[in-house]
Amino acid sequence: MSAIYPGRSTRRRTRRGRSRPPVAAVLLASVAVLFFALPLLGIVIRAPWRSVWHIVNASEVRQAVWLSLKCSLTATSLSFVFGIPLAWVLARANFPGRGAVRALCTMSMVLPPVVGGVALFFSLGRKGLVGQYLYRWFGFMLPFTTWGVIVAQTFVAMPFLVLTVEAALRQFDPRLDDAARSLGGSPWYVFRRVTLPSIRPALIAGLVLCWARALGEFGATITFAGNYPGTTQTMPVITYLAIDTNPEQALVLSLLLIAISFAVLVGLRDRWLGTGANAGAASFGGAAS
Amino acid sequence: MSLNASLGLQLGSLDLDAHIAVADGEVVAVLGPNGAGKTTLLRCLAGLVAVDRGRIELDGDVLDDASSGAFVAAEARHVGVVFQDYLLFAHLSALENVAFGLRARGVGKAEARGRASDWLDRVGLTAHARYRPQALSGGQAQRVALARALVTQPRMLLLDEPLAALDVGTRGDVRRDLRKHLDSFGGATLVVTHDPVDAYALADRVIVLEAGHISQQGTLAEVTAQPRSRYVAELVGVNLIAGTLRAGVLQTDDGAAVVTAGDTPDGAALAVIRPQSISLYRNAPEGSPRNAWQCTVADLDQRSERVRVLLGGPLRLVAEITPAALAAIDVRPGDEVWATVKASEISTSAR
Repeated sequence: MSAIYPGRSTRRRTRRGRSRPPVAAVLLASVAVLFFALPLLGIVIRAPWRSVWHIVNASEVRQAVWLSLKCSLTATSLSFVFGIPLAWVLARANFPGRGAVRALCTMSMVLPPVVGGVALFFSLGRKGLVGQYLYRWFGFMLPFTTWGVIVAQTFVAMPFLVLTVEAALRQFDPRLDDAARSLGGSPWYVFRRVTLPSIRPALIAGLVLCWARALGEFGATITFAGNYPGTTQTMPVITYLAIDTNPEQALVLSLLLIAISFAVLVGLRDRWLGTGANAGAASFGGAAS
Repeated sequence: MSLNASLGLQLGSLDLDAHIAVADGEVVAVLGPNGAGKTTLLRCLAGLVAVDRGRIELDGDVLDDASSGAFVAAEARHVGVVFQDYLLFAHLSALENVAFGLRARGVGKAEARGRASDWLDRVGLTAHARYRPQALSGGQAQRVALARALVTQPRMLLLDEPLAALDVGTRGDVRRDLRKHLDSFGGATLVVTHDPVDAYALADRVIVLEAGHISQQGTLAEVTAQPRSRYVAELVGVNLIAGTLRAGVLQTDDGAAVVTAGDTPDGAALAVIRPQSISLYRNAPEGSPRNAWQCTVADLDQRSERVRVLLGGPLRLVAEITPAALAAIDVRPGDEVWATVKASEISTSAR
């Protein structure tokens, strides 16, 4: 080591050759770590561990958990059905204004969720731009229904799937599609049998991110769908409401949501905690609800 | 004629304009430098790109016709393609890769696997049926790609640089096996390559494609005997000098004169000088050899038996002399040297 880095460098480097970070950076970084760790620790310490099962088993909580699972999985399915073709078009098709379309379709990631809820209300609400016709012609109303929750969650969560899959499709060698077509595969067969399986890791990561985001959706949901037990009262909504009336319940529900987030983080550790390019697709952030 | 195609396509800076006819059972090699349009030509024939001008006919069926707008999609052409880098599907085993084309065409799972494993057997990879492509060597991957293309009994076979990805050690064996399989294939076959050895070993006939145009075609012997472009000349290792011929003297654009002995008519012409025909002298040769040019030694490439001397100056030549001759004249890169060649050793052809 000292032969290669004579003098000063020797002092600055540890034996492994990594440079030692400055003390000030370590101190500031420690504050940041505490900032993230303390709130989680607070929930874990304050949680009424003895009555966890009792609280989770309460009918309104069970209802909210069940509703949240149902809505978030439906939103993820809708995101898959519409988002995969969108990702494919953004990655493969060359058309003017593609950048604008991508920005439009992923804007809800950076939009404050409450604004998303307001926007949905004025477009799909009973008197909204499109909603009025849905109501007049089909008697169909989205706001304050379970479908309203699903629409709000899809609106906010789909971009996570779209961007992850689009990035993977861009890295995918389109000549593999050519090879499959030359072997007699129709475009749809090739997409199902070659394209999708080839981007499977990104597809799974995108679906999990999308689902986690849908599950945690709060702002757009409460704005657009409200707060009706059994139909629109999802886990985040009931958690928020419980802070004043039933803090123990809020703690337990938070614990449950933390456990799910933690499971997602562990499940995606290669993408999230990975280094360099592999982590890229999952490294974008979203606005909190 | 099995394949009869005239291809016109403008793609970026490439202007492809070529007419190709290949008989059933015939193997034609497409030779050419990088960017000449070889791969684009194959993509047109495979149906992955439509032509702007011209028409592709296979056994009398129109696959693509720019004037009528007729176009048969790649998946409906029944044209087998072995792509550069083989492009095996990484998520499928070797067997599933070979069975892919049958499954895509609606053959049942059991039958597809049976026929695929027959083909794996024919290419000697039965033991590797369950391997993923990442676990195969280059030569094995090439065989899987070949089996994958042939198992569907295509009407025509297209191979894009089938040996380029292989190291020298395995190349010979793989090439010999490939020849065997091409021989037993009954349809028209086109092999794109940049290696004249591959063309020689695999093909009955050679098409030289340069900048999208066919510059020469015929048997490899015919093409190398009369190189018509610098690319072919370098390929076969001879000196090719372009110029204007007048009364037996070829005048180059750089002002050099080459005295020839052929009976090629006056006008634009090519002179071919074999490197072994050139003699080198330290001083101006005595007497009057009709071709004596003062050159600069640009480089020396010493091989075991012969030394290739690269010469700069009004003529850029490659001379091949014995190590003894080199020792006698004792030149190094940068030295001046006289190159002579007998007029009778120079062959010419009209351009």
